[in-house]
Amino acid sequence: MTLAKIAEILKAEVLYGNDPGRIEIERACGSDLMSDVLCQSMQGSLLLTGLTNPQVVRTAEMSENSAICFVRGKRPPPETVDLARKNQIPLLLSNYSMYLACGKLYTAGLLSCDEA
Amino acid sequence: MKLENKNPQFTKIQELVYELKVTGVMTRDLITVPPTAKMSELRTILRDNRISGTPVVKDEQLVGLISVEDLLTWLTRGGTDCPVEQVMSRKVHTLYADEPLVHAVSKLEEFGYGRLPVLDRRTGALVGLITKGDIIEGLLHELQIDYHEEEIHRYRASHFFEDMIADKITVNFHYHIHGKKIEQGGEVASDLKRSLKRLGLHPDVVRRTAIATYEAEMNVIIYAEEGRVDVNVEPDLIRIEVRDRGQGIADVGQAIEPGYSTAPDWVRELGFGAGMGLPNIKNCARDFDLASTVGRGTTLRIGIPTGGEEKRCA
Repeated sequence: MTLAKIAEILKAEVLYGNDPGRIEIERACGSDLMSDVLCQSMQGSLLLTGLTNPQVVRTAEMSENSAICFVRGKRPPPETVDLARKNQIPLLLSNYSMYLACGKLYTAGLLSCDEA
Repeated sequence: MKLENKNPQFTKIQELVYELKVTGVMTRDLITVPPTAKMSELRTILRDNRISGTPVVKDEQLVGLISVEDLLTWLTRGGTDCPVEQVMSRKVHTLYADEPLVHAVSKLEEFGYGRLPVLDRRTGALVGLITKGDIIEGLLHELQIDYHEEEIHRYRASHFFEDMIADKITVNFHYHIHGKKIEQGGEVASDLKRSLKRLGLHPDVVRRTAIATYEAEMNVIIYAEEGRVDVNVEPDLIRIEVRDRGQGIADVGQAIEPGYSTAPDWVRELGFGAGMGLPNIKNCARDFDLASTVGRGTTLRIGIPTGGEEKRCA
């Protein structure tokens, strides 16, 4: 599924990212625990989180997530967006809760990082 | 894949055709015709859209392809108007959207086609069309991104180490960590990751090294005043030593238990401090050694082989 499609499903605002229609994502993980993300998320997956500090982007950089979606309408501070731009990691902002966002994406066919 | 060409730009493209998926470069806005469309309408469709052929689709499923050549054949046979399904090619080579670009390149080459329809593997529905132009555009797009990231490296690891002549080769990286400066957390891991990529190490190895270093760096920032990271890269092994002058760990065995944490709230609010850092590091590395003296500091030593074997942190 493309990032553009994900943004559409989550009614999300694209805070940063060129050409979301060209970014293909097959899996996602949702967590507010960065160590869990580092441990479980797969390269190329989408990271959904309720945290907005720059460490989220650092985490995505290390674990090589294709994009980050902030849930519950939490808008990240400028330093987070700047770091994402520097690392070319697209950012989405959705008003949905974590559960709702994950549920909608899973129903639409986006796999979890911990399933075959 | 085996990379034998020494031209770095060329090897980058070779890598990209394996990495990129058909879905990433194909055209999604398709002009299609139903099998019942008349040949007389087809001419207008091809001309108005400046295309030389189009998929024939019924209920989202591809049933054939019709091209200018088919139109000419039909005209030379008298051009009696009929549905396109009577003229179209039914034997159509296709690709699945999740196939690597290299499959598209070889199929286009093998059959000499200008375009190939792309199907969804699960539903069999027609989802796009790929041409040589799309492939070139997609590759240029990726290369541009890579230039932007300054990640075009002149050497693959094998080349780098092969080109150096010595009995033993070691590349060292040293970094300083400022304790308590949370906003800088991850800078060392980020710089190291970029450097290891430049060396051309296997992406899986680079990722694991970056994750382990990031967790270790965060530990220093959270618990110590300052620390240093010494990385030692040899052709077959990366050794990382993270040393801090912090409060130390009273019970090392307990500290590496998943879920054990002494982190303060401000750390937890950042998404760390859940007691998974050290277990994560351990999972990313082959060798793991943690030594600590209370009041003096902690030294973590890990080793990650460069062989690139699959080992997921889990």
